[in-house]
Amino acid sequence: MSTFTAGQELAPKSFFINRAQLVDYAQASGDHNPIHQDEAVAISVGLPNVIAHGMYTMGLVGSYISELVGGSEKIKEFSARFTKPVVVPANTDVELIVSATVAEVSEAGVRLELSAVCDGVKVLGMAKALVAL
Amino acid sequence: MLNPDLVGRTVAGTTATKISQEAISAFARSLGEKNTESAPPTFGITISLEQSQSLLQASGLDWSRVVHGDQRFDIKRPIVAGDELRCDVTIESARIVAGNEIVTVRGDLMTDSELVVSTWSTLVFRA
Repeated sequence: MSTFTAGQELAPKSFFINRAQLVDYAQASGDHNPIHQDEAVAISVGLPNVIAHGMYTMGLVGSYISELVGGSEKIKEFSARFTKPVVVPANTDVELIVSATVAEVSEAGVRLELSAVCDGVKVLGMAKALVAL
Repeated sequence: MLNPDLVGRTVAGTTATKISQEAISAFARSLGEKNTESAPPTFGITISLEQSQSLLQASGLDWSRVVHGDQRFDIKRPIVAGDELRCDVTIESARIVAGNEIVTVRGDLMTDSELVVSTWSTLVFRA
């Protein structure tokens, strides 16, 4: 793992989310809530369209951290608030831009503050992780 | 509305889920995660959310009205294939804001002898 210093901004990465990936995630996670797959159901409960599982977005951020620090097994704490939905229309790859800032480096490890932005809007709030050195 | 007596109570998981390599690999693959030797940090949700759902539904909450508010993981060690994990669920808090019922549940994923991962989920049951 490379050296981290407090205040350091880490390179962003774009993920592209489409309906097929939401189906894959639903199968892998067991979360088959139809608002993540079925447009009619999503609209019937007042959503603009199908939305990604909050845990899918958070999971992608987890993969970003894993790549950054050289292994998901180093992640000790991980938290996020689901502030805005990621809307996924049919036949569209929705870009999610994930980035991080090093908040603190201590004996406990590296504390990261994470950002996930979709269409200019932050979709996660208070997203943080502690990664062992 | 949730019975307030349930807040603070822990319901021990009665069945253990044996974690397969296939489950870890499929979960990792769906997230674009290359490391499949251990589970991604959010994998624990696949067990804890289901356990929370059973408990909260049995307590009368309507799962079709639920929105995930926030999520936290405390990972003592990564979950690996072969782990047999039960999930003890604790309702840590429940409150009503503008008619919505906001419940925070903790899931402790345990082997026979060891706490592996704790998850905290805040679930909003919309009015």
